[in-house]
Amino acid sequence: MSTVIKVENVSKQYRLGLVGSGTMRDDLEGWWHRVRGKDDPTLKLGETNDRSTAGDSNYVWALRDINYEVQQGEVLGIIGKNGAGKSTLLKLLSRVTAPTIGNIKVKGRIASLLEVGTGFHPELTGKENIFLNGAIMGMKKHEIARKLDEIVDFAGVERYLETPVKRYSSGMYVRLAFAVAAHLEPEILIVDEVLAVGDAEFQKRCLGKMGDISRNEGRTILFVSHNMAAVGLLCTRGILMVNGKVAHEGSADDVVGRYLSLNDGKVLSRIAFNNALDAPGNDRVRVMMAEAHPGRVTVEEPMALRFNIRNQTGEGRIRVIYDLLNAQDIIVFGSGTMADVRHGKDVTVCCKIPAQFLNDGQYSVNLYLATEEMQPLYVHERLISFIVDDVKREHAYMGKINGVVRPKLEWKTES
Amino acid sequence: MSTAAQTDAEQWDLIIGPKDKWYDLRLAELWDYRDLITIFVRRDLVATYKQTVLGPLWFFLSPMFTVIMFTFVFSRIAGISTDGIPAPVFYLGGTTLWNYFSACFGGASNTFVSNANLFGKVYFPRLAAPVAMIISNLFKFGVQMLMFLVFLFYYRMQEGSTLHFTPYLAFFPLIVLLMGGMALGVGIIISSFTTKYRDLTYFISFGVQLLMYATPVIYPTSAIPDDYKWFVHFNPIAPLVEMFRLGFTGTGTVTMDGMLYSAGFTLGALLLGTILFHRTEKTFMDTV
Repeated sequence: MSTVIKVENVSKQYRLGLVGSGTMRDDLEGWWHRVRGKDDPTLKLGETNDRSTAGDSNYVWALRDINYEVQQGEVLGIIGKNGAGKSTLLKLLSRVTAPTIGNIKVKGRIASLLEVGTGFHPELTGKENIFLNGAIMGMKKHEIARKLDEIVDFAGVERYLETPVKRYSSGMYVRLAFAVAAHLEPEILIVDEVLAVGDAEFQKRCLGKMGDISRNEGRTILFVSHNMAAVGLLCTRGILMVNGKVAHEGSADDVVGRYLSLNDGKVLSRIAFNNALDAPGNDRVRVMMAEAHPGRVTVEEPMALRFNIRNQTGEGRIRVIYDLLNAQDIIVFGSGTMADVRHGKDVTVCCKIPAQFLNDGQYSVNLYLATEEMQPLYVHERLISFIVDDVKREHAYMGKINGVVRPKLEWKTES
Repeated sequence: MSTAAQTDAEQWDLIIGPKDKWYDLRLAELWDYRDLITIFVRRDLVATYKQTVLGPLWFFLSPMFTVIMFTFVFSRIAGISTDGIPAPVFYLGGTTLWNYFSACFGGASNTFVSNANLFGKVYFPRLAAPVAMIISNLFKFGVQMLMFLVFLFYYRMQEGSTLHFTPYLAFFPLIVLLMGGMALGVGIIISSFTTKYRDLTYFISFGVQLLMYATPVIYPTSAIPDDYKWFVHFNPIAPLVEMFRLGFTGTGTVTMDGMLYSAGFTLGALLLGTILFHRTEKTFMDTV
């Protein structure tokens, strides 16, 4: 195994805001510093790339001190939230833009599939576009001609070969684009989110082709995706990017796990209070603690909801009821229990939610507290929330599975 | 130490860094992508006139109307000399050559802005785009040259015509080459600045129009008063237009110094343009 990509101390700075007279001033200033052999002052500026907080500087580091190596034949998954720097990194690798500092050393030809139909001209026919697309990616005319049949066959667009691609469906467009790229025979292939389009059958073929390329032909693939199922299935190794830096590097499953445990910010999976007056509730009941544990699970893991209630009524029993809502505000189910608790005391109740039951997505909990006779005591909507993630699947369908719930049911063949 | 650095460099096929050496023109790489250039040319030719009813007929129609207007306005109304050449031949020759220059120049100076979509997705030598554009304009120019020749022979057959070819006709390929080269060179210099400072695009669009009036397209050099002749000496396009006329019609004012100046200017513009272009292409996606 040899190193085919070596990223050394790579940083990329972007300028935010408008281009105007300020740009020219900064440019002239930078130029003047360089002429005198000093460092460009704008390079000292800049902040880590965190979209949620407003910065003071007009300069931002989309990538900061990235170092890693990719071995030949690896399928490297690059994951991270939107804005973490994944796409910037790919842009540098595919030479769309250059790093501000640092070097990337590459062995072999790189082809990138950054977006579908790169360079396709709508007026040209499918066949003409195959040649155009191939040539843009660095193939020679005779190389493309030799592979034409294979490409057409893979894309499944034989009937439309002489039709301008503007009449193609978006699925056909993607298929053709991927087919050309897959037959480029580059030593390194960069794939970015192409699997989002195309039907299940084509997805399967793409994944199969990517597997072939890396395993049988010893080529290297860099794969950027938000689809954790696909990353887990395809990649041999992964890197996790957070705010323009490599936060974690390791096996694909490991990195996917780290990604899933990143707190999303919007999700509040646990609340707890020491002082009853701060806790949600009223002078009769208080919710001292509520948690979804863990706050982020996969569809294959069980979880539990736990509530700690302080009883300040005269009642000896309190009903604790919750509704579980999904991201579309559909009530997935409601459940409740009766808790024995003396006046002035706390009680903790726990409700287990089995594995293989909830579909992937974000959920929130509406809590209802009532007396034994169902007289309402307190209602709190969206008290806590949690996330259920998709996992690696055994079969190759990577799309969303339909349904409010996703139970694992027993099937058998009877005749 | 130096040998170690060398072997390390040999290991890698490609090093992507913030800057390349300014003197590296990367012309070999461009040559490697010649298939891409031919496909770009084909794309331009096929795509331009698809879904138009008249198709390539537009190649003829627009210069036709221009020449009719010029003959009417400049010759009939303003009475500007045409050096004894029949007005339609004079204007058609001038505009044919000028149109080639302005199309190439306009296209080259817009390289980054008009190709941003493509450049933003995949790498190939960026120069392939303007070079292909120059070549596809050559086809349009060729078609218009045919029309010019038809006019030329028609007027030659008129009684008392003084039109005749001269040995300077041999310069014709060089004239076309220099015109294209100059448009490319100056155009890519401009394009390197327009990525950030879009103001230049506006300047260029009327600048080209002004430049036409500073070039002997609608008047001959011989008609310029001596006091103003100097600006024609500084205009590197002027000798090419005059040489073109001298070759095809037998009348024109041009010196060999003028031709050398044009050739030198073209080479200089191409060299400077390529260097600036390579500097810009590395990061223009961040600003365009």
